[in-house]
Amino acid sequence: MAEPSHYLPRSEFPRLLSVLASAGYRCVGPRVRDGAVVYEPISGVEDLPKGVHDRQVPGQYQLEQTAEPRFFAWANGPQALRPLTFAGRDKLWSAERKPDGSIDFKSDPPEAEPVAVIGARACDLAALYVYDRHFMQSAYPDPWYTARRQKLFLIAVHCTHPSLNCFCASTGDGPRASYGYDLALSELDDGFLIEARSEKGERILAALPVREASAEQIETADREIEDAGRRQVKGLPSRNLKDVLFARLDHPRWNEVAQRCLSCTNCTLVCPTCFCHSENDVASLDGSRSEHYREWDSCFTQRHSYIHGITIRPDTRTRYRQWLTHKVGSWHDQFGRSGCVGCGRCITWCPVGIDITEELAAICR
Amino acid sequence: MQNPYLPREAEIVERIQEAPTIFTLKLRFTDPAAQPGYAYVPGQFNMIYLYGIGEVAISIVSDPDETETLDHTIRAVGRVTRALSRLKPGDRIGVRGPYGRGWPLLEAQGKDVALITGGLGCAPLVSVIRYIVARRERFRRLLIMQGVKRSDDLIWHEQYQRWRQLPDTEVLLAAEVAEPGWTWHEGLVTALFDRAEIDPGQTIVFLCGPEPMMRASIYELGQRGVADEDIWLSMERNMHCGLGHCGHCMIGAPFVCRNGPVFPYPELKALLGKKGF
Repeated sequence: MAEPSHYLPRSEFPRLLSVLASAGYRCVGPRVRDGAVVYEPISGVEDLPKGVHDRQVPGQYQLEQTAEPRFFAWANGPQALRPLTFAGRDKLWSAERKPDGSIDFKSDPPEAEPVAVIGARACDLAALYVYDRHFMQSAYPDPWYTARRQKLFLIAVHCTHPSLNCFCASTGDGPRASYGYDLALSELDDGFLIEARSEKGERILAALPVREASAEQIETADREIEDAGRRQVKGLPSRNLKDVLFARLDHPRWNEVAQRCLSCTNCTLVCPTCFCHSENDVASLDGSRSEHYREWDSCFTQRHSYIHGITIRPDTRTRYRQWLTHKVGSWHDQFGRSGCVGCGRCITWCPVGIDITEELAAICR
Repeated sequence: MQNPYLPREAEIVERIQEAPTIFTLKLRFTDPAAQPGYAYVPGQFNMIYLYGIGEVAISIVSDPDETETLDHTIRAVGRVTRALSRLKPGDRIGVRGPYGRGWPLLEAQGKDVALITGGLGCAPLVSVIRYIVARRERFRRLLIMQGVKRSDDLIWHEQYQRWRQLPDTEVLLAAEVAEPGWTWHEGLVTALFDRAEIDPGQTIVFLCGPEPMMRASIYELGQRGVADEDIWLSMERNMHCGLGHCGHCMIGAPFVCRNGPVFPYPELKALLGKKGF
């Protein structure tokens, strides 16, 4: 487990970025773009969302700028690690038709550069565990996911500012990051406690001008994380809802939620564990070449369950029920845990503010 | 790292029109080294790629000991299959597979085998019939029940006639709409249960066809004392990857491409026939 914590003063925080850069990593971290905290390449600490707070309620997300010194005083934005590992679009292969009619299949090996992510949250690290099992520990490991994943250096920041939509404490996934990272930070007003969890992390830590953290600093950091768990107002009725959900497939609430749900797919695109994707061909205009892509898909679309003339899930009721019974039900059979990590994104980014915790409470009551 | 999504090129060696909308493509990998290492069991499927259009999951109907060609019987019903129907010998396509769980043919050895199909073609089970007929001594009684909508839809007439001549083999056919000259039953395939001899406890049942037909058959089998775990069925769902990654084919927890397409009935019992799964 964690070494006795080290302390990195705020004034030395830029050193973390320069040490990562000289170790060959491109730094990706939170920054504000289009009114949201997004994870994109950052060139220095000035890119980080200093003093930014977020306000999240069902269907709403707003940022607020303060004069406070902290960089990580917000809950999560719409996406974090998902697009960095399972990209929205990947070219899986291409086919060329030769004049003699033969087809030449070509596969470009995936290229990934070392990326250090600053500010991974506990919920997103839990989601990454699920993705690792799905894409890497498969009988057919996915080369694109694997290449990006193996080049990731993950710097967790324990969450101290959950939003009103967060419920990671009830899923058991946060707010403290407890696995899956190389370095973990606790942010204090004047600096950071820093702890290494891997050899890669140790090497970076060794190059930083840290000093031993005081007992008071450790206590403050621990208290803030514990408070963050206690402050969460939402929760799931239980960590395993498989039996109760499958026993209630005809519950009237499925009809009721279908009246509100727009089947817009937002929840599935911001969800850090949703893995559905489609494979599509794009042929060149002269027909000499065709490229085969994998793109994010959603069980809320009509096409998702379409098979020669039959749509298995023709209406919003069956699609919402598919999403929820899979996410917190049959997910247990597939991955040994629920697919919900309590990040609350599906609640925030739902245009009509459907709240997964409320729906589950109503169905499982 | 190997790219599991990448097809291999194959050539159409022969194209057989089985019925107005059903055709068989006999394929051979253009790389001669690819064929010998390619092993499959009846009930498994390949992803067949049509240049510039896309991929579709098609079950393999040739005998696993056949090393010359790889056969796929296809019904032209969708975007890809309709375009596949226009291919001719010499044309090239892409193939990757085999995928999924096939029929439990080892488990069926020494038992009565009942093969019940409905709808057009039902290629996944015809490959099993051919497999058993070629190794007849390993199995006990063979019962073949096939139902079609219109009697004209029945393909492989001559084969059914040949199979019914075999020892210990019973063939029962039914058509909902019978044309003149139809000598078999007129009605649903499930009506054939009253004529069939089924020895529960000794019989393993393979089902393939539309889900309502399979559910009705499971009911009839239950009435005759056949245990749930002796019933196996082949399922069809939207498939993009065939590897258990893309998420389209799930029926509850099982991925049809990876855990199926052939399932023992108990694995699907809770959700079979439940709208939306």
